[in-house]
Amino acid sequence: MNPATQSALIHGAVYGTIVCLAVLTSIAMGIWFERKFAGRMQSRIGPTYTGPVGLLQPVADVVKLLQKEDIIPRDADHALFNLAPPLAAIFSLAAAAVVPFSAKVISADLDVGVVYILGVGGLMVVPTFMAGWSSNNKFALLGGMRAIAQSVSYGVPLVLATMVPVVLAGSLSVSGIVDWQATHHWFAVWPILPGLPAFLLFYLAMLAESNRIPFDIPEAESELVAGITTEYTGAKFTLFYMAEYVHTMVGSAVAAALFFGGWDGPFAPGLHWMVLKTLLIFVSVYWVRWSLVRFRSDQLMDLCWKRLTPLGLGLVFLAAAFVQYWPGGAR
Amino acid sequence: MNQVITVTATRQSAVRGSVDPHLSIRHYDPDADLMLLHFGPQHPSTHGVFRMDLHLDGEIIVKATPYVGYLHRAVEKLCEKLSFVQQTPIVDKNDYVAPMTNEQALNMAFEKLLGVEVPRRARWMRTLFAELQRIASHLLALGTFCIDLGGALGGGSTAFIHTFRERELILDLFEEVTGARFHYNTHTIGGQRHDLPAGFAAKVNAALDIIEARIPEYEAMSLGNAIFQARTKGVGVLDGQLALELGITGPILRACGIDHDLRRDAPYSAYDELVPKVIVRQGGDTYARMRVRFDETAESIALCRKAIDGMPEGPINGYKPIRQPTMAKSAGGQVYVGIETPRGELGTFVIGGGDTPTSPYRLKIRPPSLHALSAIPYIMPGATVSDAVAILGSLDPIMGEVDR
Amino acid sequence: MSAYVPMFLLFAVAATLVAAFFLLSTYMGPRNKGEPEHNTPYECGSESSGGRHIRLSAKFYLTAILFVVFDIEGVFLYPWAVKFRSLGLAGLVEMLGFLAVLVVGLVYVWKKGALEWEK
Repeated sequence: MNPATQSALIHGAVYGTIVCLAVLTSIAMGIWFERKFAGRMQSRIGPTYTGPVGLLQPVADVVKLLQKEDIIPRDADHALFNLAPPLAAIFSLAAAAVVPFSAKVISADLDVGVVYILGVGGLMVVPTFMAGWSSNNKFALLGGMRAIAQSVSYGVPLVLATMVPVVLAGSLSVSGIVDWQATHHWFAVWPILPGLPAFLLFYLAMLAESNRIPFDIPEAESELVAGITTEYTGAKFTLFYMAEYVHTMVGSAVAAALFFGGWDGPFAPGLHWMVLKTLLIFVSVYWVRWSLVRFRSDQLMDLCWKRLTPLGLGLVFLAAAFVQYWPGGAR
Repeated sequence: MNQVITVTATRQSAVRGSVDPHLSIRHYDPDADLMLLHFGPQHPSTHGVFRMDLHLDGEIIVKATPYVGYLHRAVEKLCEKLSFVQQTPIVDKNDYVAPMTNEQALNMAFEKLLGVEVPRRARWMRTLFAELQRIASHLLALGTFCIDLGGALGGGSTAFIHTFRERELILDLFEEVTGARFHYNTHTIGGQRHDLPAGFAAKVNAALDIIEARIPEYEAMSLGNAIFQARTKGVGVLDGQLALELGITGPILRACGIDHDLRRDAPYSAYDELVPKVIVRQGGDTYARMRVRFDETAESIALCRKAIDGMPEGPINGYKPIRQPTMAKSAGGQVYVGIETPRGELGTFVIGGGDTPTSPYRLKIRPPSLHALSAIPYIMPGATVSDAVAILGSLDPIMGEVDR
Repeated sequence: MSAYVPMFLLFAVAATLVAAFFLLSTYMGPRNKGEPEHNTPYECGSESSGGRHIRLSAKFYLTAILFVVFDIEGVFLYPWAVKFRSLGLAGLVEMLGFLAVLVVGLVYVWKKGALEWEK
């Protein structure tokens, strides 16, 4: 085993563990924060009994869920049914590998990081549909179908939105894009022209990808009871539940890295800035969630194909023209 | 595949032209093409235990069959066994979102049957209570509708909890008068059981001020929201003529552009003096229905103000306080009394006489929600499952009074 | 290639966490006794009837194909996006042509009504 591989192995094991645990811990805190935040929005106080100011509520939730009976519905496809939740959890964590949390803290600095993020993000629809298909439940099946309809809608705008920072920075590596922003300017802050709309486009697509209101169409609990997770209990439900939050958190981190300069910022260490930006975007997702009602499947499709896709195409061209003609701004 | 497209293309005409929507099922082989989805009774957004069997083509509803009866409690039969004065708390539980109007309807029917006069103050109090109840009921309808649209874990529940908070103010007022927050038992034959406590007018005005000030906030959270409008406009269009044929009344009928309100057209209690402005909207879609309820809330606030300001002095049960079962005896005859509850015309049909003169021979309640649900087979086909929830929420059924 | 090793290791770590969840739940949770009624699929309390399958309209597949087309074309833009600095104005103009083709395609399917869901 040559030294390079050896050091990659050690690096991967250490940073992989750190990133996974950090993301899980932060979503535990994120869930607590969301419940407090939603409580305040609704003139309630949120969790208070579990630990100081209810901080241990997510732990209590997980322990409670793990104590539940594992039920596999009659006539369900056992293999697919059992495989879907682990896959969802792994895919949602996988995108965190290429996110630079500071100049040094990055699990795998891939030179095609952006494409990788889109890839594993797009894979999320596979376990979702597997769960819907294998549950032998009509609500779950409808949820799975809606998940696919949704993924064919937001996919194109998502690709086009992430293309804008790639064009501006001339790099497919996430850390490369952050480096570029650190030495030039943050895309979503200055110049406003393509960066901010591209961020909003990315944000909408991210909400759709992580199934958040107003795009939580596949699990729409007032319509499909619990959508794809209708038949899931215990650990498997926990994994789905977790995967959703992880997806949102990692999506926020990606947005912070691609559009807000990642770890770049004055006065404080890079890690602090990255965490701050990620959490601000994460909070905004929940602010939106607890303010709006949801779209219908066909309306999401209309929005994505007829509004966001042309907008994305225009933004990509605008970004290219910007690089070409803005004096000194791009090279 | 051709067949599938044919039917989905005719879906709107089937709705608007009042063609029997069940005909469209013939294009399908139900076993091979359609999925039969039991929607309810144990479903988060069927407003209790309502059940619809939906035949789905993809997500489009081809046929919707409503089933009622999961909450049947034999209220009418029970009323035939109980004496006239014992029945008020029983019917409280029918429309469990607007119990005041249930009591009012029942006692008005008995008063007409027994020929009992109601003093003026009691009539004004009934009007005040009915209008307060209307505000509470419409607020709850709006909140639960938002939950139907947005889920219990999202913006819908935020709107719901805010409207629920204001509903509490009205329940507090009722508690002040009757001692109960929900099943009041305050209407009796010939008047009211509980008089208004001292300082009640100020409390009513204070509560109404709070609610009135927050109406723009609800509007921004619900009806004014772009997603809300996208989800509701043009969804579940109900034709006015069809609504009349189905016996639909109340806000749903007024949302179809038909100007009908028993409070103005057949005044009872104090509505001859306090004439309400009837809210009518065109369109007949889900948005129009919610809009009518929303505007009626504001109108009811104005009416409540007038009622509390002009509240006459006098006895609240002047004719004679009927407390004992033997004091109310019917010699026979039959009456029908309909009043405008938050959901429409709540009718009570009573036949007196029979073996026991102290109880009705037959009592029949005509619940507005039941008639509202009868529109489902006509307005659901062509909608998606998401729309189905919105349409059902806009009909605002209360299963307690549907099944009785 | 060594850049990809940490990525796979992160997969492994995630898989370990998942396995831990499954193990914990096996030891902490009650056993399923396998009673047939207990394991019936949920359908709002009614006995499930009819086929549990969905027949989708052809529109669905059409949209899926459109998605594949546009997504792939989007991915084609990536090499250009990285390299277009060295291509200069010529690269920009050529890509404008490519984007124009995409837009024409989008307008075409739009006008054809392929984007009208379930009408």
